[in-house]
Amino acid sequence: MSVNPPRIRNLIMKRSNEQSAASVGVQQKGNREPHRRTLLSRTSKDQLLGRTIMGYVVFPIILLLVMVAMLLLRAFPIFSAGTLVDFLLGKDWHPLKGNFGLLPFITGTFWVTFGALLVAVPPCLLAAIYLSEYALRTTRTFVKPLLDLLAGIPSVIYGAWGVLVVVPWVQNVASPILRSLFSDIPLFQTTNYTGFSVMSGALVLAIMVAPIIVSVVWEVFQALPAELRQASLALGATQWETIWYVVLPKSRPGILAGIGLAFSRAFGETMAVLMVVGNVVQIPHSLFDAAYPLTALIANNYGEMMSIPMYDAALMGAALVLMLLVMLFNSLSAFYLNRITGG
Amino acid sequence: MKFKWNRRLLWEQLMKNLMLLSFMLIVGSLFAILITVIQKGAPAINIEIITQIPQGGYYLGEGGGILNAIVGSIYLACGGTLIAFLVSIPIVLGLNVYARKTALASAARLALDVMWGTPSIVYGAFGFTCMMALGLRSSLLAGILILGLLELPILVRTMDEYIRMMPFEMMESAFALGATNWEASWAVVVRQALPVFATAILLAFGRGIGDAASVLFTAGYTDRIPESLMDPVASLPLAVFFQLSMPYQAVQQRGYAAALVLTVIILTTSLAARLLSRGLSRHVIK
Repeated sequence: MSVNPPRIRNLIMKRSNEQSAASVGVQQKGNREPHRRTLLSRTSKDQLLGRTIMGYVVFPIILLLVMVAMLLLRAFPIFSAGTLVDFLLGKDWHPLKGNFGLLPFITGTFWVTFGALLVAVPPCLLAAIYLSEYALRTTRTFVKPLLDLLAGIPSVIYGAWGVLVVVPWVQNVASPILRSLFSDIPLFQTTNYTGFSVMSGALVLAIMVAPIIVSVVWEVFQALPAELRQASLALGATQWETIWYVVLPKSRPGILAGIGLAFSRAFGETMAVLMVVGNVVQIPHSLFDAAYPLTALIANNYGEMMSIPMYDAALMGAALVLMLLVMLFNSLSAFYLNRITGG
Repeated sequence: MKFKWNRRLLWEQLMKNLMLLSFMLIVGSLFAILITVIQKGAPAINIEIITQIPQGGYYLGEGGGILNAIVGSIYLACGGTLIAFLVSIPIVLGLNVYARKTALASAARLALDVMWGTPSIVYGAFGFTCMMALGLRSSLLAGILILGLLELPILVRTMDEYIRMMPFEMMESAFALGATNWEASWAVVVRQALPVFATAILLAFGRGIGDAASVLFTAGYTDRIPESLMDPVASLPLAVFFQLSMPYQAVQQRGYAAALVLTVIILTTSLAARLLSRGLSRHVIK
C-alpha cells in the first residue's frame, strides 16, 4: 500500500470511505482502528478472502461429484431397463432393436490396453533402469525434457502416425509373418487382412504410454536412497545384481503405480485408438482381429444417439463405466505413488 | 590379476546392452513419430493452407485451407487456459495456505488427481449432458468451458506440487513480520511460484490445444471462423482426424499439414515453457 503515491492513495481512501458507508456488516472490527486506509481492515480482508478461497478449494470435489451424478442421471434409463449385468456383459449391440450389451467394447478396450502394456512395460523398465543407474549425466539432462515433450504430443498425432506407419506394417509384415509362423495358434489367426487391428492399436498405445512409464519409474528409482545400492555394491555384487536384488524389489510398488497410470491413460485414450483399431462390433479373438473400444464407441456414435431411444443412455452409461474404471485404477496408483515419493 | 569372464559379468554385460537397446528403441520410435509428421506434413504445407478457410468443394480436394481450425484451436485453448488459470490460483493458495494440511486439502487433491486421469472423452460426454440439460448447442463457449475443466487439474496439481516443496519457513518469516495469510501468500507464494505458473499454463495450453475427444462433443466443427461465443468452432486435432479419414489424397495431404501445424504449436509451447520458467526464476529466492 505504501507504494502508492500520496495522490492515488487519497483517491483510494476517498472511494473506499464512500463504499464503506454503503456496506456495513463486515467492517465493525475495522472501524475501531484509527488509521483505516482501505475498504476492509487487513484482518477482515484476509478472513473474507479465506472464506472465498475455501469455496474454491471445495470446487473440484463438487465438480467431480457433479460429473458422476450427471452421467449417472443420463445413463439411468439403461440401468433401470435391464439389469446391470445385461448391460455390462451382454454380447448383443443392436441399438435399433434395443439391445445394448457392452461386452464387445469392454473386451476390445481390455485387449488393446493389455496388449499395449505387454509391449511397453519391459523395454520401458529397462530404459528407466538404464537412465537411473547407468546413463551419463548429459544423457539424462537431454532425455528428461524430451520425455516431457513427447508426453505432450496430442493423441491425434500418434493416431496419424499409426495410420501411416503402424497399420501398413501390421498388414504387410507382422500379420503375414506371425500368421504363417504360428498357424496353429488361434491368437494369431484372423480373417481381417486390413491391418486395422488390435495389434495396431496396442502398438500405438504402447508408444504413447512409453514416456509416462519411463519418467514415473525413473523417478521412483531415484527416490531410492543411494546407501542401499552402495551397501550391495560394497558386498561385491555387480551392478545388475544390485538392480535385480535391491533396486527392483524395493521399488516394486512404485513400478506398479507407474504401470497403473499408464494403464488408465491407455484405457481412456480415444483418438489414437479410434483411428487404427478398425471399429468392428465384435469380441476380438486374435491379435489381428478388429476391435471396438469403449472410447471409440462413444466418439463415433454421439451424433446419432439422440435419434434412437435409449441410445444416449447406453452411451452415457459407457462413459460412466469408463470413468469409474479409470478412477479406480488411478486412485490406486496415486495412493501408492504418494506413499513412495513422500507426497 | 588376469581378468576372467564369468557368468555374473556376462549377465551384467548382457543386461546392460539390453537396456541400452530398449532405451534407443523408445527414444528412436518417439523420434520416428516426429520425423514422420514432418516428412509427410512439410510437402503438404503452403501459404494457402494456413491463411485460408475452406472454400466450396474443399473436402473433395478443391481450394482452401485450415485457417478455421488454427484460429478455432487457438480461441479454444486460450479461453480454456484463461478460465482454468483464474480458477486455479485461489485453489492453489487455498491448498497451500488457508487449508494447509487439512483433510479438505487432501480430498481436493485426490479429486484433482482423479480429474487429471479422467479420459477426455468422459469430459466430452459430461459436457454434452450438461449442454442437453441447458438446451445449448455445440459452441465456442461450451468448448472453452470443457477445456477449462480439463486443464484445471493440470494447472492446479503442477503448481501445487511445486509450492508444496517450498520451505514453509518463508511463509513463517512473513507471518512473523505481521503479514496476514493473504499478504503472505501474495508476497511469498505467488512470487516464488512465478516460474511454475508459466510452466503450468503452457503445459495446460498444450494439453488443451491437442485434445480432440472433449472438443468433438462440445465445440462441433465448422468451416467458418466463429464470430461469437455461441458459434460452433473448428479445431486442429479434429481437422487432422476428419481429413485423414477422407478418401481423397488431396484432402489427406491437408490432414498431414494440419498435423504438422499442431505439432509445431505444441513443440513451441513446450520450448517456451522451458525458456520462460528459466527467465522468471530470477525473482525466486533460493
